[in-house]
Amino acid sequence: MSETYTIPVGPLHPALHEPITLKLEVSGEKIIGVDVFCSQVHRGIEWIGMNRNNPIQSIYLSERVCGICNICHPLCMVQAVEKAAEIEVPERAEYIRTIAAELERIHSHLLWAGVAAHEIGFDTVFHYTWALRENVMDLIEYLTGNRVTKAIMMFGGVRRDIKENGAKKLREGMKFYLEKFRKIEEIFLQDPTIKMRTRDVGILTREDALKLCAVGPTTRASGVPKDVRQDFPYAAYGDYEVKAITPDIYNGEVHGDVYDRIVVRLLEVKQSIEIINWALDNMPSGPLLAEKNLVRLKMKLKKAEGEGIGRVEAPRGEDIHYVRLKAGEEPFFSWKIRAPTYNNVLPWIPMLLGGQIADVPIVAASTDPCISCLNRVTVVDVEKKKEFQITKEYMHKLSVKKTRRLMRNGR
Amino acid sequence: MMINEVWKLLFKKPKTNKFPAKYAPKNVHQFLRRVQGGKAKIVPPVPTPPDFRGKIRYDIDSCVGCGLCAQVCPSKAIEIVRDKKWIIMHCKEGAKLAAPLKIKIYVSRCVFCAQCVDICPRKCLKMSDEFLLANENKLDKSLIVPGP
Repeated sequence: MSETYTIPVGPLHPALHEPITLKLEVSGEKIIGVDVFCSQVHRGIEWIGMNRNNPIQSIYLSERVCGICNICHPLCMVQAVEKAAEIEVPERAEYIRTIAAELERIHSHLLWAGVAAHEIGFDTVFHYTWALRENVMDLIEYLTGNRVTKAIMMFGGVRRDIKENGAKKLREGMKFYLEKFRKIEEIFLQDPTIKMRTRDVGILTREDALKLCAVGPTTRASGVPKDVRQDFPYAAYGDYEVKAITPDIYNGEVHGDVYDRIVVRLLEVKQSIEIINWALDNMPSGPLLAEKNLVRLKMKLKKAEGEGIGRVEAPRGEDIHYVRLKAGEEPFFSWKIRAPTYNNVLPWIPMLLGGQIADVPIVAASTDPCISCLNRVTVVDVEKKKEFQITKEYMHKLSVKKTRRLMRNGR
Repeated sequence: MMINEVWKLLFKKPKTNKFPAKYAPKNVHQFLRRVQGGKAKIVPPVPTPPDFRGKIRYDIDSCVGCGLCAQVCPSKAIEIVRDKKWIIMHCKEGAKLAAPLKIKIYVSRCVFCAQCVDICPRKCLKMSDEFLLANENKLDKSLIVPGP
């Protein structure tokens, strides 16, 4: 006779980097039911943008929506406001925005690759990828003045130029990554351990991906060629003609599993390197800002009336900001943020169904969720009314154990 | 394979810069005293890039107190205060004594975006490359610009 248990995962969890609750119904090791509960944390960012801040202050607030996507959120918000207030962006600024966004994609995907390796207990690869990521962080610091909160966006352009020295450093950095890319590819895609743990784990079919509106690498790994850079080009992507990357480019087949998500993300790193090199070669000269006088810009935004939507392909998927401005009011009349993880949470349900508890960290991490960390899980035995806790270490140990077991049996 | 990479990495120098010392000192104050006495050496931190945004510098004499920086500061770290020095101001009613408006920056609240530097009409604000700002007291003298 089989007994079923309900395991709540979260709101604080090591694999889920934001407060979110998962209720897993398990029979032995097998997951037979999943439910997701969102809205565990509310910071009132939109409220502050609508009540306390003027638009210029809101740029830096939107940068803090997410620590990793701190180019795409301000870029998206700035685009929405530019549409609402009808500000034309100079061409050079568009190219610098593109370069900044692509640098962020490289760093985010490398960070994710490291976390994925850590989740399956392959810490050597984790340290190796994060050491590589340090180079792109240094580049970002050189170009924008800070490692994390870059503060480079401004309404109608960017705040910093890429000078000759910066361009030279960027070219060197991209050359370094093209060399290292072959190694990363070999480690992640040829290694039997990673393949064993990720092949046919957490499958999201094409139909489910379309039905649940998954975005970004999650949906592309399921074979849906959906990319905002390709479908609705913004910044300088219109000139480059980005093509959405699906795993069949690499090996001709689409499984929609965790392995395919690794393939898509690694190929996107290569694509970003190509885009940056192209943007550096084709960057036109010209002004950086549509309105250099910030006081005049502030007054213009106060008088402006209208609404706009910004869409940006963040490393995790499509990001949307909606902004409405009302004449005579300095804060936004309305501001709505839809971050990509919002769409990528529901696909967890078909991904986790039929899997094992040991797969939860890697499957949840495979969508690159933008959530804070979980530190414990409570297991509730419904029939015996008994509670005990699984710590983060225990869950991690389970995951590592599964890797070892597979390695023993696989060889 | 990963194992080949690991072998190669074994013979490379570690990437980490061992700041402030090769091994973490047991007592930081004692370590700093020894550095002052010339008995120990500090391993220097990684140099900051040009145009790094560090602790803010404020030139109080050229400030006109327009308050634009306080309007755009996203973290409300700038407070408008009266200067301690009284000056003779000339206005319609004639000359009178007044304390001009100046600003006070709480670095513990600063988010280092340098928006105030961009908007300042007199260019009296500047970002330095000082970044060792950790302190137990948020209102420490070193974290308020200008100093007392």
